[in-house]
Amino acid sequence: MKSAVIVFPASNCDRDAAVALRDATGNQPVMAWHGDRDLPDVDLIVLPGGFSYGDYLRSGAMAARSPMMETVADRAAKGVRVIGICNGFQILTERGLLPGALLRNAGLEFVCGPVAMRVEAAAARFAPSLTAGEYVTFPIAHHDGNYTAEKDVLDRLEAEGRVAFRYVANPNGSANDIAGVVNEAGNVLGLMPHPERAISQVLGGVDGRRFFEGLVGAMAAA
Amino acid sequence: MMKAKIEITLKNGVLDPQGKAIEGALSGLGFQEASNVRQGKVIEFEIDAVDEAAARDRAEEMCRKLLANPVMENYSIAISA
Repeated sequence: MKSAVIVFPASNCDRDAAVALRDATGNQPVMAWHGDRDLPDVDLIVLPGGFSYGDYLRSGAMAARSPMMETVADRAAKGVRVIGICNGFQILTERGLLPGALLRNAGLEFVCGPVAMRVEAAAARFAPSLTAGEYVTFPIAHHDGNYTAEKDVLDRLEAEGRVAFRYVANPNGSANDIAGVVNEAGNVLGLMPHPERAISQVLGGVDGRRFFEGLVGAMAAA
Repeated sequence: MMKAKIEITLKNGVLDPQGKAIEGALSGLGFQEASNVRQGKVIEFEIDAVDEAAARDRAEEMCRKLLANPVMENYSIAISA
């Protein structure tokens, strides 16, 4: 199982993501610079959290147009799994690989801390170690996590079972309490909370480890 | 060289918490007559093009490709000499 983490200017969760992937896959992930185009064949790509380009213009806007994102979009179209975490989720929506957009938090404040979420059908399909209806806790740390989309898009996401995680207590005003969604094919996942920060009891929990291990296990079995 | 001015606003119906905060602050200063405050942004640049129509076409493309996000924003373009 080979994986890659895309590093943008001002990514700050790239090394956390690398540790989570290394632990789950047993292999050190490739760290790929956003300005390059070449990426070795990998099974899983993570767009990490951070504040790429200082969140200038719109969060994730500039990163979404970087050369490496051309490659990521090509790979996603070929079925390679892609996970965008926090700023990575913003980059995926800005790129159009996921529907909707992430606006300024409704309460205007940066929100930070562990949040409980209900696992929805799409997350259970993505990482079968998780069961739809159970609750997991990942940390959040964001200013622009207020997920929004046109009503017909939201209705479609719900009807097609493409919501991955839903907040128990909505921290940012996101539509339908959405914390994460998948694309139509189900191989691209974006979520605001940070599973890579929940991979050890020392860090406050292991739900993120379960997520990565279940995902990698399912991919290895496929 | 012409000048381009792009005005980007949040679409109607998209929640604007910053606009709401500004409205609250205005109200606190006694400007209760201001309502429905929306915050947007303006991007200005000089543009090299053969004529105004060409400049507008290029600016339009810039808006579509980067400057505005059609999910949440509208934009308008003004070109001047």
